[in-house]
Amino acid sequence: MNATEEVRVISATGVCGSGFKESSLAAGIARKPHFIGCDAGSTDPGPFSLGSGKTAFPVRAIKRDLRLMLRAAREARIPLLIGSAGTAGGEPHVALFRRIVEEIAAEENLSFPLALIHAEQDKAYLKRRLAEGRITALAPAPDFDDGVIERSQRIVGMMGEEPFLRALDEGAEVVIAGRASDCAIFAGIPMRHGVDPGIAWHAAKILECGAAAAVARPAPDCMFATLRADHFDLEPLDPALRCSPLSVAAHSLYENADPYRLVESSGTLDLTHADYEALDDRRVRVRGSRFEPATTYTVKLEGAEFVGYQSIVIGGIRDPYILRQMDDFVARLKANVARRVAEVAAGDPAAGDYLFNVRVYGKDGVMGPLEPIARVEGHEVCLILEATAATQELATTIVSMARHQALHLPIPEWQGLITGVACTYNPAYLERGGLYRFCVNHVVAPDDPYEMFPIEHVKVGAGRAA
Amino acid sequence: MSAPATPSTAPRIVPAGPAPLGTLARLIRSKNAGPFELTFDIMFDDPALFERVRASGRLTREVVASLYHLAPADVKFFVVPAALAFKASIPRPRFQGDVLDSDGHGGQQYAPLIDIVIP
Repeated sequence: MNATEEVRVISATGVCGSGFKESSLAAGIARKPHFIGCDAGSTDPGPFSLGSGKTAFPVRAIKRDLRLMLRAAREARIPLLIGSAGTAGGEPHVALFRRIVEEIAAEENLSFPLALIHAEQDKAYLKRRLAEGRITALAPAPDFDDGVIERSQRIVGMMGEEPFLRALDEGAEVVIAGRASDCAIFAGIPMRHGVDPGIAWHAAKILECGAAAAVARPAPDCMFATLRADHFDLEPLDPALRCSPLSVAAHSLYENADPYRLVESSGTLDLTHADYEALDDRRVRVRGSRFEPATTYTVKLEGAEFVGYQSIVIGGIRDPYILRQMDDFVARLKANVARRVAEVAAGDPAAGDYLFNVRVYGKDGVMGPLEPIARVEGHEVCLILEATAATQELATTIVSMARHQALHLPIPEWQGLITGVACTYNPAYLERGGLYRFCVNHVVAPDDPYEMFPIEHVKVGAGRAA
Repeated sequence: MSAPATPSTAPRIVPAGPAPLGTLARLIRSKNAGPFELTFDIMFDDPALFERVRASGRLTREVVASLYHLAPADVKFFVVPAALAFKASIPRPRFQGDVLDSDGHGGQQYAPLIDIVIP
């Protein structure tokens, strides 16, 4: 890299669909960036998105952000890279983003070469790699075998920066990628321009969260980085926001198990020797970050499997005599529910595999087994009765029987029929639909960084004015 | 490593004697670190308070392990001077979103840390 050369990058926001200021994006475009990147996914919303194929952020909000980014990137003639489309980055999520992009292009009269990079994994491929011993567990991990692969609703691989760069090399100007490393969206182009990998990956780690590394961030917004051979400078694009050495250093803590070492497909970012310097009261220069190349290239897998259907009843208890025997109350309720299920659903094979659970807010509803004060200390509790079963009808049947049992469960202090639970809603039950769980925390060793991530090129708005 | 950043100008009433960690830190938080781990950040805005906590020996891997019913070997524990922070990560008692999980984002698991008394 030439000593005067630099790569300038806009990260539009931490998650596509969470929003940013139009004025911030415009301020970034005025600095002539080499590209715009935006992460659109996460596991943080939970397994539902990966399992169901739906997004965690509303489609309207995603479209608003994508429209502004697309317009800006097309006007400036710079690449737009979106990673982890639709929260989970599976096939339905990439397809949704393609549809939104095509709608925007039609509405805005834009045309451009688009690449879709697919990240949903073929089950036969995964079984083959598993049999070859090329899928290994991270810690902690659920058990993983052919049965899990077969049962899973969807398994995605988390791509590195290589498929993004190949898509650009093949002519794409807008890239919509399935599940991708958040950092990979931002690290590839700077490294190609000669930026040191440690610098490129560290900048990427901060950029992928948008303005989150600012001292205070009242709402999600853009972040701008200027990368040179051995350092990068960070500056929030909203003039009201600022970065400090402390805020940037502290950002490496967020949502990472280890604040010094961040594992990517091609190696590990090591922040042990990172150094943070204030350039002025809102810009920070970072040096000293290192990248250790991995001996084996690995791709992380994320998978979700279907658990069952759930129905719940929300209620409350105010009677101090019940409150002082909550554990006993719940134990007796569970026994009664088990008896009623046996009576009502006898002979139904689906009924053999249900789960009835009671959450007591006011005791240990938030922390569960980690709660150090696992007793009722207040004057009321919230009760959630929860049935999970093979069908929605069965879940609702079980939770409705549980409601009635809970309502009139006797306690020794009172003689005669009591009504011991205040039901919040009518009907008392809520049908929550299907539930999923994360079923994989493993990595694959592919032959190369591309084999799991096919690139599909699409002409968007072809035949229209550019 | 450069000197830690400028302390906040916001006034913080800090007891000179024994004090709960919650009154010394600018932020104590928990969050998912992926679906299978929980991570805790204990962050300061004043280098002197950060050093006071570090020197006290009361915020350690062993203390976190005991508060969360784990063996010390199951707790990852870090001191991060550049961020004026301590960090601990533990396996989730239930994986994120599992049917018995009670905190999808892992955001409300830090309360026991608030009451650690620092001399």
